[in-house]
Amino acid sequence: MKVQPLEFEKPIVELEEKLEDLKKHSRIHDIDFDAEVRRMEAKIEQTRRDIYMNLTAWQRVQIARHVARPFALDYFMRSFTDFMEIHGDRLFGDDKAMPAGFAMAGGHRCAVIGHQKGRDTKENLMRNFGSAHPEGYRKALRLMRLAEKFKLPVVALIDTPGAYPGVGAEERHISEAIAVNIREMMVLRTPVVAVVIGEGGSGGALGIGVADRVLMFENSYYSVISPEGCAAILWKHRNQAAAAAEALKLTAHDLEKLKLVDEVLPEPLGGAHQDPQRAMADLQKAVVKHLKELSAVPIDKLLADRYQKYRRVGEYIEAAK
Amino acid sequence: MGIFQKRPFGHGSSKKKKDMPEGLWQKCPECGDVTHNLELTQNQRVCPNCDYHFTQAARERIEDFVDPGTFEELDADMLSVDTLKFKGLVTYTDTLKKHQKKTGLKEAVICGTGLLSGRKISLAAMDFHFLAASMGSVVGEKITRTIERGTAERTPVILFAASGGARMYEGMLSLMQMAKTSGALALHAQAGLPYIVVLTNSTMAGVMASFASLGDLIVSEPKCTIGFAGARVIRETTHQELPAGFQTAEFLEEHGLVDMIVHRKKMRATLAEALNYLSPKSA
Repeated sequence: MKVQPLEFEKPIVELEEKLEDLKKHSRIHDIDFDAEVRRMEAKIEQTRRDIYMNLTAWQRVQIARHVARPFALDYFMRSFTDFMEIHGDRLFGDDKAMPAGFAMAGGHRCAVIGHQKGRDTKENLMRNFGSAHPEGYRKALRLMRLAEKFKLPVVALIDTPGAYPGVGAEERHISEAIAVNIREMMVLRTPVVAVVIGEGGSGGALGIGVADRVLMFENSYYSVISPEGCAAILWKHRNQAAAAAEALKLTAHDLEKLKLVDEVLPEPLGGAHQDPQRAMADLQKAVVKHLKELSAVPIDKLLADRYQKYRRVGEYIEAAK
Repeated sequence: MGIFQKRPFGHGSSKKKKDMPEGLWQKCPECGDVTHNLELTQNQRVCPNCDYHFTQAARERIEDFVDPGTFEELDADMLSVDTLKFKGLVTYTDTLKKHQKKTGLKEAVICGTGLLSGRKISLAAMDFHFLAASMGSVVGEKITRTIERGTAERTPVILFAASGGARMYEGMLSLMQMAKTSGALALHAQAGLPYIVVLTNSTMAGVMASFASLGDLIVSEPKCTIGFAGARVIRETTHQELPAGFQTAEFLEEHGLVDMIVHRKKMRATLAEALNYLSPKSA
């Protein structure tokens, strides 16, 4: 698909357009611009590097939200094999914002869940822009219970702006659905690997995100609140989202430094959408590596380690008694 | 709108309550009646005229709840730190200082042990006056210890919840407190011990989406605001008309989340009775 440039990518696009013009000119008038073309190409490469190697937090948020970025189902179908989807929470309905099912990765039978966004209006209406309702979280829990019963590891792909803020979600207790998932995932007797593939939107992300290993793609983000929401409250205006994104320390590298993320998966220059095949292969490799390690750990130790992993999170001062 | 009437009074009272409890009057946002602040405190901050439940400070709440003189405060000296070096319009450190001065508290939750009708309990009460009782590392850690203490000493855990949600100034460290507290509750539940959460005004977002929704019993004070997303966010996102009483305790009892709504003055007796049913037989 044709990739729409982001605002900060415009200098690259402009140079690329100039290069095209140059080449066209060269063809039409049969003039040799080779040296000029090479110079231009080098300049483009340099500009790409300058921009993509120095991304701000807010620019990464924009890449994380890119419509061409691989989504959960893309990974389910291509990083895994034999994906088989299951539907419904057996209580209310089937949430298309949270596909779930079974799939194979490197010889591991897996239970897979994830948030799914749409690429156009029609898809987004069906997927609710990747914002799940309580029934999505309850479907996920149902699948996790199956995984526990049949000893399949769980792989959760996180990509949501947040759980859905709506009347129906509140009436069916979205808070409770997320809380129960968090509690149950803490003691789920099977390995869990979570990967933030795009947006890690707050409680809606954590609702499928408690895991033995938490991985993040380099340009994904994971945050307690959306940059816009934070800006609206602490800066009194949503247009301060870039400042909020910086302050929240929500990038993969920031969170790795805070020891909240176990591994950062590098992306192709400019983001996973520049080379989706590579992103899909990288996710496969990483997931298989971690599943292999985790499946060798005795289950009681795995659970004790998982508890400690979250138990030790927090920074404070305590006066000595 | 209740909130517009409430603000000047709430603001004034919290500022001055510490130094000069006398001579201050409080207007009820529900019935408009004016009550002397001292009388209101003696009445557990319930409007004598219409039973409206004012926000109660955590310390007063605990004193009113446990058997007199039995509360032993624990983990009282924990302080938050600005790990992220949060760069906003105001710094996190200044915000903390402001709220410490305003409330006389170190943080947004008070924890410890006490007796409830002679039965030992591990308890915590969040204080909405302190940064909207938002949950950062200290709140998460203190609540986790309260729960773990319950598990270790085989006692029930009772939490009075109130919160605007996870604390933005601590970023993801705050979000992860949801997992930490909920994990401690999982082990407490596996030990066969009872956990009762009391929702007070307001309990929202990250706190509601973790330990506040996980009680064996979910009790609420009357007319609290309880929910995940704020009403304004929902209105702006969905362009929907919100139903009458949306996100109130009464609405949530009707929709099956809240087990019972209990008047503040009956909370002690009600929870003591509930624990008679929920405590393990040997205890």
